[in-house]
Amino acid sequence: MRLHIDPKIEQRFFRSLLWFLTGVTVFILFFIIFYVLKKGLPAVSLQFLTKNPVEMGKAGGIFSTIVGTVALTLLAIIIAAPLGVGSAIYLTEYTRENWATRVIRFGSECLAGIPSIIFGLFGFILFVTKLGLGWSLLSGGLTLAFMILPTIIRTSEEAILSVPYSYREVSFSLGGTKWQTVTRVVLPSALPGIATGVVLGVGRSIGETAAVIFTAGSSLHIPTSLFSSSRTMSVHFYILAREGISMSNAYGTAAVMIIAILAINVFAYTLMNRFMRKYC
Amino acid sequence: MDKIVIRAKDFSHFFGALPALKNINMEIFQNEIFGIIGPAGSGKSTFLRALNRLNDLIPSSRTEGTLEIRGQDVYAPGISVVELRRRLGMVFATPVPLPRSIFENIAFGARLAGEKNRRRLAELVADCLKKTALWEEVMDRLETSALKLSGGQQQRLCLARILALKPEFIMLDEPTSGLDPVSTMKIEETLRKFRAEYTIILVTNNTKQAARVADRTAFFLNGELIELDRTDKIFSAPSDSRTNDYISGKFG
Repeated sequence: MRLHIDPKIEQRFFRSLLWFLTGVTVFILFFIIFYVLKKGLPAVSLQFLTKNPVEMGKAGGIFSTIVGTVALTLLAIIIAAPLGVGSAIYLTEYTRENWATRVIRFGSECLAGIPSIIFGLFGFILFVTKLGLGWSLLSGGLTLAFMILPTIIRTSEEAILSVPYSYREVSFSLGGTKWQTVTRVVLPSALPGIATGVVLGVGRSIGETAAVIFTAGSSLHIPTSLFSSSRTMSVHFYILAREGISMSNAYGTAAVMIIAILAINVFAYTLMNRFMRKYC
Repeated sequence: MDKIVIRAKDFSHFFGALPALKNINMEIFQNEIFGIIGPAGSGKSTFLRALNRLNDLIPSSRTEGTLEIRGQDVYAPGISVVELRRRLGMVFATPVPLPRSIFENIAFGARLAGEKNRRRLAELVADCLKKTALWEEVMDRLETSALKLSGGQQQRLCLARILALKPEFIMLDEPTSGLDPVSTMKIEETLRKFRAEYTIILVTNNTKQAARVADRTAFFLNGELIELDRTDKIFSAPSDSRTNDYISGKFG
């Protein structure tokens, strides 16, 4: 016999359960952020942000690693965004669904699941040694770009596919060419989704350690060219913590990273909102 | 009035092996309102989309016979599809304003064609909005999003948007199917006014609408042209029993 439960009690039970699950998630998230900021913020000062590390990071600041992080992330995005968005446009607008597009899609999904340390190893073998780029911003940027490419392709594809078909019909019926339709109707409507993918990529690039330590190296000097070795904040954090150089500076670096990622997200969302208000 | 501008000769249209239009033979005259009625799936929309070649977007589409506009085969090799579509403005069943301002919606076609002069665009936009009786309602908020307009206003915006192309033909695919009677009346009034300047093809699943505005009406059924005659004749004394059954509401 089926157990009869009063629908009102059932409703109350599941509502409480879902509330609890959401609460746990939010709590864990905020706890991590709070913990890192609490441990790290005391170390952060203007000095910390603007001075280079001294004695391997035991003293001084993290300026050169901030520069390294920004340079590497920018490089990765500059390489990955056009490749990713371009591939997504091609896959969605310029080909019909066939075995080739399925293979490409499957491949890029597999790529998304590969651990970053494997990308690091691949980048080390190909860029650092085979192509002779050495430990450098360029090697690191290329490796990171390949790592975040699948995410950008995937999110861009989904964003493009979610643009109503009727928009395309209208554009064509008003005498638009394929290219005009893509650039003037499809992409503006898909931009928020595409930007989400790019912002995710930025976040991953900033936080990535394994792929970077193998390819960009860990020099504490401010990089002067694409061929300079450079240390990012996450690598700096790893080395400081791993080798027990200075836990307080490690947490300070982590706090700066978390704040940077939060700031980028907030900035991106504000920009998107402004854009959406203009067009929708 | 009787100058032939569109002529279909044994025109058939297939999607894969499926015929959507079978051996259509008919002529459309300059400056008439040409109504096409028929139940869903009878090929009415396919005919419109064959004229501006919007069916080309569907991978397996294929045509037989000829479809001519002013003596020129629409499917002849080397024809400019972009130019063809500019000559045949099309309004869809559900109003589809693009997610941009009212101004930019109207100016869209002209911008696609390369017009950049802000003053000429402004004149064009004002002119088209006046012709569709929308100017008074939106003149002070041209920069707001077109998505904020009501359904009826959106459909008139779509009509204004194709006027900006300076087309020869206006094709409407069940343009009032989602609109209230007042908005419908405004669209119909506008169409009557347009008859002097344009040739209008009106596909409708509302037979009364064809009776109200069309000069001649064609009845399509299962991809075939069953009957074509003056609208008053079709609605008072149709010669085919299927036409009679359809307009009297026995099926469809």
